[in-house]
Amino acid sequence: MTDLVQTLIDGLGRGSIYALLALGIALIFGVMHLLNFAHGETVTVGAYIAYASLVEMELSWWVTAILIFFGAIAISVVIEFVAFRWVRGAEDFTMLLTSFGVVFVVQAFFVMYAGATVRSFPRPEWADRVWQVGDLNVGVIDVVTIGATAISLAVTAYVLRRTMFGTSLRAAAEDFDAARLMGVRSNRVIRQAFIVAGALAGVAAVFYLMRTGQARPVVGLAPMLKGILAAIVGGLGSLSGAVLGGFVLGITEVVLRAWLPEYLVGLTDAVVFAFIGLFFVFRPQGLIPVEAGERV
Amino acid sequence: MLQINNLTTRYGAIAALRGVSLSVEAEEIVGLIGPNGAGKTTLLNSVAGLLRPAEGDIYLNGERVAGSSPDAMLRLGLALVPEHRRLFSQMSVAENLKIGGVSVGAKERAQLMDECVDLFPVLGRKWETRAGFLSGGEAQQLAVARALMSNPRIILMDEPSLGLAPMLVDLIFDLVDRLRREGKTLLVVEQNATRLLQVADRAYVLRTHEIVAQGRASDLLQRDDLFDVFVGRPRGEGDD
Repeated sequence: MTDLVQTLIDGLGRGSIYALLALGIALIFGVMHLLNFAHGETVTVGAYIAYASLVEMELSWWVTAILIFFGAIAISVVIEFVAFRWVRGAEDFTMLLTSFGVVFVVQAFFVMYAGATVRSFPRPEWADRVWQVGDLNVGVIDVVTIGATAISLAVTAYVLRRTMFGTSLRAAAEDFDAARLMGVRSNRVIRQAFIVAGALAGVAAVFYLMRTGQARPVVGLAPMLKGILAAIVGGLGSLSGAVLGGFVLGITEVVLRAWLPEYLVGLTDAVVFAFIGLFFVFRPQGLIPVEAGERV
Repeated sequence: MLQINNLTTRYGAIAALRGVSLSVEAEEIVGLIGPNGAGKTTLLNSVAGLLRPAEGDIYLNGERVAGSSPDAMLRLGLALVPEHRRLFSQMSVAENLKIGGVSVGAKERAQLMDECVDLFPVLGRKWETRAGFLSGGEAQQLAVARALMSNPRIILMDEPSLGLAPMLVDLIFDLVDRLRREGKTLLVVEQNATRLLQVADRAYVLRTHEIVAQGRASDLLQRDDLFDVFVGRPRGEGDD
């Protein structure tokens, strides 16, 4: 029982980051039908902001977290304006290729101006602390990540459900042209979707970077892939599905890490992908299909 | 109020409308009838801003509006009730009305929502029901109410009676008549041509992407050469 609870806490901590990223990916997919592979670049930009802030300017993690958060929103909006606005209305495949293009451009930018080597920055000193609760070892970083994720999701749910802005966003996600006929401005609603997705990615980036303490040009690749997988596992386009997919992915990872034989632990991601492949054989529509679930 | 001059709209190289001209005066019901594939929906979508015309002009209250976006057209006072209604099926009746009023202020929106419930009492009873769970008649009433939420001066309706039981068809056409009496202007596309011409003031007949006849609705009803438009098939085909 203790092992189960321990696994659940660790998995929720890891899954929180995936859930936040997946939610942003699902939101943008809903509005634009774009599977945004460039979403992970919010983490990459956040990593270099963290390096500059913590190492070069010697600012605190509190200030750094705020800078990462707003940096993620800014890069998300800039990517929409510079790259996606010009291919809006094109084939889905064109937009997909554009998102790959953005990934390569951002990575090349950092290789040119910051170098390809890993740049480490200090992690918060509390990030390694562990609380002993009975037989459980609860990582402070896990508790803080889960708490921040819960608050972020609650705020997002409130905004989407209770505000005119959120209602417009959900309407545009369900039927973009019908929303335009109601008076929803397409440029504005898409920009808003990228702001919300950037904000969610900003929160995810803060806690991801607190764990890794590293900046490199490809640092956003792994969380982006996990976020996209979580969104697909949840049922692409479904808000609740994306969040659920993130937590399921996180818990699956932690379970496999704990239970796989030692010589296979290095292949955890490969085994996770194999599980996901198997999952889609039996449930190709995802955990909460859009028809049944709440579309973004 | 609405003037369309020589409008041509293409899907790629194929012209779905060729040099169509028509006009709609204030507080008038104008019908647009014709067989399937004639270009009726394309015409409404071109006027509402969903499609960009290749040639021609559209004037709304004297202002040139061809190529304007749907939200710009809505703000100019033109609303479209689209074919198949296109309600937000995952959202409640209340939320559908709310989004219909996105272009007006909060106070006016609340007032318009009250008016919609007065006009369509069934929507008040289904306030929290998801639009995807409404019956055909309820859904059509919501589609019209949602369009009214922007307080438009002119309403384009695309196949408002599509898929409805005969009793509900009467309800919809009564509604069309009532909206005109309340000062709205309507351009209505309808497969049920005979029924539409009973409430319309004037009508245009669109066949193979061009206007082939126009006139007072009562006169068009007498036209034998429009048999295929009224019956939905050419004369002689399936008569026995």
